[in-house]
Order: sequence, then C-alpha cells, then structure tokens
Amino acid sequence: MTLKTSRRAFLRGASAAVATLVVGLDPRGAWAAGHGGDLVPNPFVRIGADGSVTVIAKHFEMGQGTTTGLASLLAEELDADWEQVRVEFAPANTQLYVNTLFGVQGTGGSTALANSFMQYREAGAAARSLLVQAAAAEWGVPAAEITVANGVVSHGDKNAGFGDLVGRVPADAQPDVVVKTPAQFALIGRDKLPRKDSAAKTDGTATFAMDVMPEGVIFAVIAHAPKFGGTVVSFDATEALAMPGVIDVKQVPMGVAVYAENTWAAMMARDAVQIEWDFSNAETRSMDAMEAEYAAAMDQPGLPARADGGTDDALGAAASTIEAEFHFPFLAHAPMETLNCVVQIKDGKVQVWDGSQFQTVTQGAVGAVSGVGPENVAIETVYAGGSFGRRANFTSDYEVEATFAAQALGTDRPVKLVWTREDDIRGGYYRPMTRHRIRAGVDADGKLTGWHSTIANKSIFTGTPMEAMAVNGGVDHFSVEGVVDTEYALPAMQVDLHNMQSAVPVLWWRSVGHSHSGYAMEVAIDMAAEAAGRDPVEFRRELLANAPRSLGVLNLVAEKADWGAPLPAGWGRGVAVHKSFNTYVAEVAEVSTDAEGRVKLERFVAAVDLGVAVNPDVIRAQVEGSIGYGLGHVMRQKITFTEGEVDQSNFPDYEPLRIADMPRVEVHIVPSTEAPTGIGEPGLPPAGPALANAIYAATGKRVMRLPMVDDGIVFA
Amino acid sequence: MATTLTVNGTEHAIDLPDDVPLLWVLRDALSLTGTKYGCGVAACGACTVQIEGQAVRSCQVALGDVWGAVTTIEGLGTPAALHRLQAAWIEHQVAQCGYCQSGQIMQAASLLAENPAPTDDEIDAAMAGNLCRCGTYPRIRAAIKSAVEGA
Repeated sequence: MTLKTSRRAFLRGASAAVATLVVGLDPRGAWAAGHGGDLVPNPFVRIGADGSVTVIAKHFEMGQGTTTGLASLLAEELDADWEQVRVEFAPANTQLYVNTLFGVQGTGGSTALANSFMQYREAGAAARSLLVQAAAAEWGVPAAEITVANGVVSHGDKNAGFGDLVGRVPADAQPDVVVKTPAQFALIGRDKLPRKDSAAKTDGTATFAMDVMPEGVIFAVIAHAPKFGGTVVSFDATEALAMPGVIDVKQVPMGVAVYAENTWAAMMARDAVQIEWDFSNAETRSMDAMEAEYAAAMDQPGLPARADGGTDDALGAAASTIEAEFHFPFLAHAPMETLNCVVQIKDGKVQVWDGSQFQTVTQGAVGAVSGVGPENVAIETVYAGGSFGRRANFTSDYEVEATFAAQALGTDRPVKLVWTREDDIRGGYYRPMTRHRIRAGVDADGKLTGWHSTIANKSIFTGTPMEAMAVNGGVDHFSVEGVVDTEYALPAMQVDLHNMQSAVPVLWWRSVGHSHSGYAMEVAIDMAAEAAGRDPVEFRRELLANAPRSLGVLNLVAEKADWGAPLPAGWGRGVAVHKSFNTYVAEVAEVSTDAEGRVKLERFVAAVDLGVAVNPDVIRAQVEGSIGYGLGHVMRQKITFTEGEVDQSNFPDYEPLRIADMPRVEVHIVPSTEAPTGIGEPGLPPAGPALANAIYAATGKRVMRLPMVDDGIVFA
Repeated sequence: MATTLTVNGTEHAIDLPDDVPLLWVLRDALSLTGTKYGCGVAACGACTVQIEGQAVRSCQVALGDVWGAVTTIEGLGTPAALHRLQAAWIEHQVAQCGYCQSGQIMQAASLLAENPAPTDDEIDAAMAGNLCRCGTYPRIRAAIKSAVEGA
C-alpha cells in the first residue's frame, strides 16, 4: 500500500529521482532499472517518463537494417508510436543478449531477425501488458477492456501516454505475454517504415568506431608482416620517432605499433620504420603454385561430402555429359570503414569502442590478452561502416591488436588503432580461393541422370574454436553448402571435398560457401539445360517440382522479368535460383553488348521468399546491395599473391562496383506468413550466375574463371 | 605556426604542419567526423568536402594548400534544416552502413550546384568517383533525381 501511494505521488508530478526511489522499494526490483525512473520490463526495452521507447539492439548495425528490424518487432507488440521509438546498442552481455542460433552474442549468417523474431515481439508484448495493468489499476477498469494503439493507452474517454504510466505499474503485476496474429500487424510488413538510422547517416552525426575519440586518445597504426605468417626480427624507429606528432614505436606480436597525436602522423611515421622480418614460417607461394596444388588435389579422391551412389554408372550411361571447372579467387571484404577500434586499459578493466560484430568472442580474446578476464571487458558497440563478415572472426584480430598496442605502450589512455585501406586489402581473412569441378549426365529424354561435384578450398572452421559446429568427418559444411543441400532433385549425386592448406587466413565472406557454390551450380545447371535441349527456366522447374518455395521464386521472377519475351539484338537474359540461409532467391539478369562485344549490365529482377517480410524496404535494399556487392566481385575483383605477398593494396587495384556499373534492380517479395529468415546475404549467390548465364545468352561465352575480366569478358 | 582555416563559416587556427591532409585536420583536430577516411588515395570519395563550392577529396588537399572556405557535411544542412539532397536521401532510405554517404551527398551537392538538371548519364559520371560497398547506387540515383524534381 505504501508502495502504491508513493507511485501515485510520482504521478502528481514528482521528479524522476522519486520514481527511482520507488523502484528501489520494489523487493523484486522487477519493473525498473533504478535510474531515471524508466520502466524496464526486460533487457530489450526501456520506457521513459518522457514517453520515449528505447529498444536495446542485441545485434550490431552494419547497414543491414537490423536496428530498424528489431525495433519494428518490439514496437509492433508494444503498439508504440514509431516516432517515439529509438534504438540503442546492447552492452556486451552474453547471458542477456545471446544470439540463440549461435550460443554467443554476435551477428552473422543472416540470423538477426530470425533468432529475434519471437524474442523481441514477446518483449514488446510483455511491456505492453505492464502498461495496460498500470492503466487498469489507475482507472479501476478491467485490463481486458483497455486498448493500446500508436503509443496511447485508452479506455472509454480515458487516454494515457506510455510516459504517464511508467511509474504506475503495480508491484505485483506479471506480464501477460500475448503476441499478435500476422493479420494484426501494423508495423511489421509496412512498406516504407522509416529506418531508424537514416537521419544520422545523412547529416554526418552517426557515430562509427572511426569517429570515437575519447579525451586523451592516442592514435596507432601497426606495420604488419608483408607475408602471412611473418614475424619481426628487429626494427629501427629512429627516423619515425623524430617526426612531428609521434609518441612512440613498440613491437607487438603481429608487427610494430606506431603511436602519434593524430592519425596522419602515425601513418607517415609507420612508413619510416625500418623492419627486418622472418618469413621462415610464412606463406611464400605465388598463384601458379597455389593453383597447381588445387588442380593436382582434384585429380585425387576427395573426402565424401555426399554420396547417393551410382554416380559413375549414371554418368557412363548418359546420352551426353557436361564437364565444367570453375575457379573462384580469394576475395577481401573491404568494408568502406576500415577496421579500427578504441581500447582503454585502466584499473584492471578494459573498455572497447567498436563496431562490434562478435561481442562474446571479443570479450574473451581481449580479456585473455589483457589478463583482466572477459568479465572485466566492456564493449560499447557503435555503428559499423560495413562488414560483409569481416568484423566477426575467430580471433577478434583487430580488437586484439588494439589491446596489444595499448598494453605495449603501458598507457591507461585510450588507444585508437586504425587500419589503413592497404592494411585492409592485405589483411587476410579472405573468402577462400575455391575450385568446383562438375560432371553431369543427361539422357536421351533430356533428363539429368547423375551429378558429380568436386570442390577444393581451405576450410574456414577447421582449427577454430567453432570447428565442432561446422566440421564433420573432415568436411566443413561451409565448404560444400549450396551443393550437398541443393534444392534440385539431382539423381545419383556425389560431392567430394579437398581441404587445401595455406597460411592465408580465410573467413566467411557475404554468403560464405554460397558465394561460390551458387555460381558453380547455377552455371552448370544452365549447361545441363542446354545439353538437354531445354529452356533454362523449364529445366529448373522440373528439378524443383518438390521444392515449392524455390519453385515459387523462380516462377515469380520469370513472370516479372518477362522470361521468354524477345530482346534487342546483342542482348541476353540469364536466370539463377539459389537457397541460402533458409531464404529463397531467384534472379534474372539482362545484359547488352556493343559492337566491340563489351558487356553492359542493364537490368536485374529478383524474387525473394524469406517468410514474413518485416521491413519490405530494408529487404529490397539488402537485395539491391547484395546484387551490387556480388556483381562487382564476379566482374573484376580478386586477391592474388606473388611470393606470398598480396598483389593488391587499395581500391585502384581492387576495384569495386561503381555507380555506372550498377544495373536497374527490381525486387519482388513473396507474401508469406512463415517465420522470417535472413536477407543480408541470400541476394548475392544468384547474382553472379544470372549475369554469367545472360552473358552466355548474349555472346555464347561460358564464364568459368572469376573474376570475369580474367576470362576474357570486357565490360562497357 | 598556426594556419587559419574557415570551415562551415567558422574560422579556426590549426596548429598542425602544412602537409597534413585536410581530411585529418577536419577529423582529428576539429572533430568534424562526418567526413570519412576510406582509401587515402582519392579512389573512393568518402572524404569529399567542398572548397568554395567545389567537391574535392580532402585526403588529397594539404592544409597549406586549402584555397578557400571549406564546407563539410555538418555545414551543408543541419538536422533541423536539411539540405534538399539530405531530405531526399532520407526519403529514399539511401543509407545502409552510411559510411560513404557524407561524401556521396557532398559530391551530389556540387553536381547540382553546377548542373541543376543532370541526365542519368551525367549523374553516373559525376558520382563515378564515390564508392559505396553496400551497393546503394540505385537509391543514390533516385534521390538525386527527386531532389532535382523537387527543386
């Protein structure tokens, strides 16, 4: 009773501090965080006395729209006014903010909305229930008669904003979590719900890690070994130390760290440090040697990744066979914001400011390196200027570098480690160089009889702490995904894998194994269709007869792209369909060629089925962007080596897609009430093969070696 | 010896060597962090600002060579009074990661100042030096066109 009186006192206009005190009286501490008088029903939302709704995002934002997505889910069930909703990034806390599909706090694999769909909705429904109970108690009416819409709680002629009710939740209230049916959705599925990050990313106020400069910050860059696996023998920093603004130069395990009063001074001084390297354990091969090893390995028996049986007999008895060998280069992620973070080691604790993608892993790694333990590592997550997978890796490489750098200097000032673009392009953790060799047989009736894929690459997961979740019998699922689990009903299928060894670190790169398997499968299927004398869409439809969602996107894209309609002379149209991350995508590409045979990308049409479309405009943006990212790399990007050194260094020689290369893109979303899956990656795998198949239709050239410019394709 | 620099209408005395690129002066000395580092070699456009209304790559202009008043994204419009391109950018939800967008907008603003009604090809040509790894190009085109039409 005392408690209730106190809450009412707050309602009459007492300060937020009083509310905090009231909350302190709650023996369960259940309905407030004890600061600012906010209502904190659960770790995912905070409702302020000013009516603001703050959604706590457990996933980072690299542009994929997750902050908007998570806020949509929670605000939907809370019946909040979208304008009153803002988003904050969660602190690093695995217990509260685990990605339930990973078991760690982290973002990737197009899982953010999939693993949060019910969690964030239930969190919103719980908060709504508490506000309703507060209003019911206040007004003396049954909770069941109260409605909530657009941030207003109502009964008859009584109305209250969320802020009015924040201090009134009865201490014994229990959240009654009832979520909506899809027919009741007001925010989920709204066509152009404003993104929460648009304004800040348009007026220059969005804070990326690159923009974090705490008081007393020291700027650092690291000179890395020019060959992977190289180590420092000795260095001479005399000249560097004499340069203006330079603070110090120290050896760290991965090279030599240079510290300065500003970024430019650190970069310039690094160039002046003389370093002798030991390359005795380093990668020292050139591309010819690496490729020869792949070719030799693929002539030997591989590890069985799938063996349905009867493959050799089926291929031997085929009326015609196709054989194709595809080469995929190493690729760097090259996000626009180069890798960087700020680390401060002080009083037995470490503070990290980072566009953090793998908070749990970074806590562990930084905690170990610094010696303070993961429980004493706090991470403030800020916007990430892209990632495409790079910011999440098994070793937290750049956060660990920053920690070593701070430790080596022996300072308790914040140290900001910045990678230059050259560090980024040459920094490893690439999409692994991969080869696919495919043999397939077609009978006299134009039906596939057998399929044999042989794949060679370096495993991403083997030898990492996450090996057990991906590697079985020596087969890393992420080396063979998109092939062994193809949606096509391929008869007598066999898939073999060769695990290649290298000191070059490899990593998931937007769509992981699908970044190459989608291309190899979809070009080979086109070749099989041709051998069978069949239309590429018709041939695929037959093989997808028992895969309704893949068939659905294929049919939709064929309709929207006017498949089969005549094209101008010199034009070509190509199709590809590929499932990845439980999302189904089909794309049709149209290209034109000029008198010199130069190829211009004219138009892409995409159809996607990802279950419930939470934010349709974000989905369209992700598909547009995935197509662009995929196309730039298949057209002309590669990482190569000469005697162990990366040949590329910056955008002029790792040239991404530019605006004039970008085709028109139309995205069509299949209406669905299935649970949502991801969309950050699945738009990418079909883009390359759709382009390749369109180029074939226009020119008669099958592109099997990527990037396409290495296989004789010239782009307009 | 301090160099005098006018940025977004405010005069600053900068105590850095003359050869420090304008990019790092803006970011590290003036905390105007809307202007981004992307490549350091004028290949990506993330650092684009205007000097006397002309779009330049601030990573390539030494402090001692700045020939006039500098405008950065922070000075183009404000959250309360957006430039028409910024409003169009928000309307079209252009930004994904957002890191390149300051440079894109500064480049587009320079384009429209010189050519109030650019064709599609002129837009592509003017924006060719500005990379976006997220692939927001279709929306950049659409936002520029809608800013032109709304002018």
